Amino acid sequence: MKNKKKGSKDSKKKKNKIIFSVLLLFFAFCFIVLFKGLNNSNIYVPKEKTEKILKSFTSKDLYLENKISSDQIFVDSEFYVLNIWSSWCVPCRAEHPKLMELSKNKSLKLIGLNYKDNPKNAKKFINEFGNPYFMIITDKNGIISIDLGAIGVPETFIINKDKKIIKRFLGSLNEKSLKEINLILK
Amino acid sequence: MKLSIFFLFIVIIFNFTGLNSAENNDEIKNKISKNIRCLICQGQSVYDSQSDFAISIKLIIERKLNEGLNENEIYDFLKNQYGQWISYDPEFNKKTFILWISPILLFLIGGAIIVRKFIVQKL
Amino acid sequence: MLANQIGYYSLISGFFFSILIIPVSIKNFNNKNQIIDNKIFSISFFQFFFVLVSFFGLILSFVNSDFSNEAVFNNSHTTKPLFYKISGTWGNHEGSLLLWLLVLTLFIFIFLIKSTNQPKKYRILTLLFQQVIIIGFFLFLLKTSNPFNYLFPIPKEGLGLNPILQDPALAIHPPILYLGYVGSSIIFSSSLAAVVEKHISTVWAKHIKVWILVSWIFLTFGIMLGSIWAYYELGWGGFWFWDPVENVSLMPWFCLTALVHCILVLEKRLLLSSWTVILSIATFMLSMSGTFLVRSGILNSVHTFANDPERGIFILIFLFTLIFFSLAIFFIFHKENNQKIVEIYWLSKETSILFNNWFLMYFLSVVLIGTVYPIFLEVLSDEKISVGPPFYHKLIIPFLIPFLIFMSIGPNLNWIKSKVKKINIKIILSFLFSLLISLLILRKIGYVGLINTILILAAFYLFFITIKDFFLKKFKNYSQNFSHFGFSLLILSILFNSILSSEKITNLKVGEKFSFREETIIFESIESTENKNYKSIIGYFKIKDKQNNSIQLKPELRIYNQPIIITSEADIKTTLHYDKFLVMNLVKDNEYFNVRYQIKPFMIWIWISTVLIIIGGLLSLFKRLYEK
Repeated sequence: MKNKKKGSKDSKKKKNKIIFSVLLLFFAFCFIVLFKGLNNSNIYVPKEKTEKILKSFTSKDLYLENKISSDQIFVDSEFYVLNIWSSWCVPCRAEHPKLMELSKNKSLKLIGLNYKDNPKNAKKFINEFGNPYFMIITDKNGIISIDLGAIGVPETFIINKDKKIIKRFLGSLNEKSLKEINLILK
Repeated sequence: MKLSIFFLFIVIIFNFTGLNSAENNDEIKNKISKNIRCLICQGQSVYDSQSDFAISIKLIIERKLNEGLNENEIYDFLKNQYGQWISYDPEFNKKTFILWISPILLFLIGGAIIVRKFIVQKL
Repeated sequence: MLANQIGYYSLISGFFFSILIIPVSIKNFNNKNQIIDNKIFSISFFQFFFVLVSFFGLILSFVNSDFSNEAVFNNSHTTKPLFYKISGTWGNHEGSLLLWLLVLTLFIFIFLIKSTNQPKKYRILTLLFQQVIIIGFFLFLLKTSNPFNYLFPIPKEGLGLNPILQDPALAIHPPILYLGYVGSSIIFSSSLAAVVEKHISTVWAKHIKVWILVSWIFLTFGIMLGSIWAYYELGWGGFWFWDPVENVSLMPWFCLTALVHCILVLEKRLLLSSWTVILSIATFMLSMSGTFLVRSGILNSVHTFANDPERGIFILIFLFTLIFFSLAIFFIFHKENNQKIVEIYWLSKETSILFNNWFLMYFLSVVLIGTVYPIFLEVLSDEKISVGPPFYHKLIIPFLIPFLIFMSIGPNLNWIKSKVKKINIKIILSFLFSLLISLLILRKIGYVGLINTILILAAFYLFFITIKDFFLKKFKNYSQNFSHFGFSLLILSILFNSILSSEKITNLKVGEKFSFREETIIFESIESTENKNYKSIIGYFKIKDKQNNSIQLKPELRIYNQPIIITSEADIKTTLHYDKFLVMNLVKDNEYFNVRYQIKPFMIWIWISTVLIIIGGLLSLFKRLYEK
């Protein structure tokens, strides 16, 4: 009789030990995951799993004010850097010198997409800081940018000879991004 | 009797296929934008946000609705453009099935524990 | 400046006392005295007192706009109105932690004073466990989140408090919420102490029930205040968004509600003791996890405090240490209470409480998994997903139906055993009546979907059963009656509000008008004024209905100067029948304004029903205190 009671107590103790160990392992796992999660940045960069082909769109030239289609702009066998900018966007001013630098590169064409801007202010901006662009087209309501998959401004796309978007920079360009662009162009 | 069960069945089916009374485009647009995340905001939906991104997305939704796309097609379009993160409704796929199933699983396990450990039929 | 110094050194003194308690308590624990040494009362009082002085020092620094204090510099501005300077004290990370400490030290002191009818060793152990938490917070504060950091050279002006936070509801929302969270720390410490001292008994249950109720009342009230603030302030007409920070306050609430019911069973029949302890541990652990999730920057949310991974790591380690610690104590010291097998008859009040706990734990798991799954997924598979309202609605709403039904039946069952016969008549009559009312209403508003229909029916069933119980039971259990009635009203209000709400969003210039649902909305004029720390643009709108009655709504746009933020304040006309909600926003580059007009039926009943739920809790609390 006594042995039976002791036996059931032991098995209960064993059961408890197992539950305790399982819980311990589970919480250790949670701890590790959360610890790693802390170091992840919160900035979302959509993954470019496959290179997207640039979809056709129509826009207006900022100065000439004529309608122009993307097929006329992105002619084959050229590298294009499409930079989304606005006169009211502060980081755009910060990246402007880099754009001027980039415009000196002969193996690419720098296209400016003026995002949700007043044409007068945009022209003023260019007059004041200089025009790095081969061409400036307008995106008055932001739809072209959305079709490109852009999130905000400034944003820069690298489009290769096959009209594929091969690289995207969120935010203003810096030394690092210029280096990357130069590497791609080689 | 069989006929009434059949009708009941039809009623239930119609319920789950989402055949609602005609909502106009505005209502659908608001409904969709409540479920789309504003990617440059800190945890706001496109419906709540006044940011440029949100306004552009709302325009896109309106355009797509006018082109004749239905709700699901618009969600798919946005998810293709921006990734899963933009939709507040997580899909049910092999990466998220745990998300959907584990609460239900826990519910069933909890029920089993309660019935086994506590409930008796006769006192 | 002086306030700053006093604040800092008071904090250090408080810390010193918190450490001092430990050896003194251990000594008292081991000696043969039956009562707690007076020294312990004094030391724990001084611990609280110095934290209080420190807190006042911080308030004074804010009031004086003392920008030599880093927290004041980061979060305040000389043009802030006085009331918001004061509430700015706890509206930032460091100050809010100081508030946590204040309530932690206050509550343990109150616990010591009010628990004189409990065994000495249990009380000292509760104190010791609570001190682990308190010392952890002291270290966290002093090491990573010092509210009294000194800035030199002293800036002339502060960086300003976020204008969205300048609101009365939001000013008192954190303190009330913390009273709820921190109350659960007492429940945590005392449960562990009771486990070690084998003091889980009906006496303990009766005593801890007061703390559970107090915690629950404050937490419910705090959550309600947050929702009210979101509705009136944030300008989108919603009151709950399943945002991670909101979820984080809801999770301990589920546990506390389960505890409120569970403790009844423990008190009456000494059953479910292990489960009660587990719930007590879980409640506070969830409160702490909440603190981790919103302050560490790991989650993306509208409400997050300043993100700082170093703080996140500290809280993470602290939290998991507490989890390990409490698990260890539970498994080492806990022993099955009864030798015999627990028997609960299937048709009894105990079963209905078990079911209540079962469902509440399900709801908890939905919210918990929904909130943390994206984090886990991202770490393990580098994929980012969002979990928002559609997920929570799909998983929670269907389960509300059986939940409401059990809520209706449960209180009518007897302890231990109910006879099946007795229940039939009452059930059928109430059911038929609810069915009738539901059908009448659905006829008026149209078909709303299968789940919603059944949910309305179930909610009405609870509604009428609680009304019937109120009149027929002669005040036997009015506290539970109030709360359950309030809950049925809450579900009904939320349901009808969501089904019947409508809105129109359009762009308007001054002088233009639009029509919506038999009303004409005229944008009459705007008025610009310069205020102390913002420029205000008020839009005057007239809403005219078919009978030519009109009301005026004046939404306001505020352009703040420090920091430069534009907020829109909605104007809301509230009646018992509906809220009329109007908000306007600037459209860039235009004289147009984006106007959002919403008609929201039964909005105020959502708040009224939550207040009823809280009143139920208060009634139970006063009954308990009066009995003593």
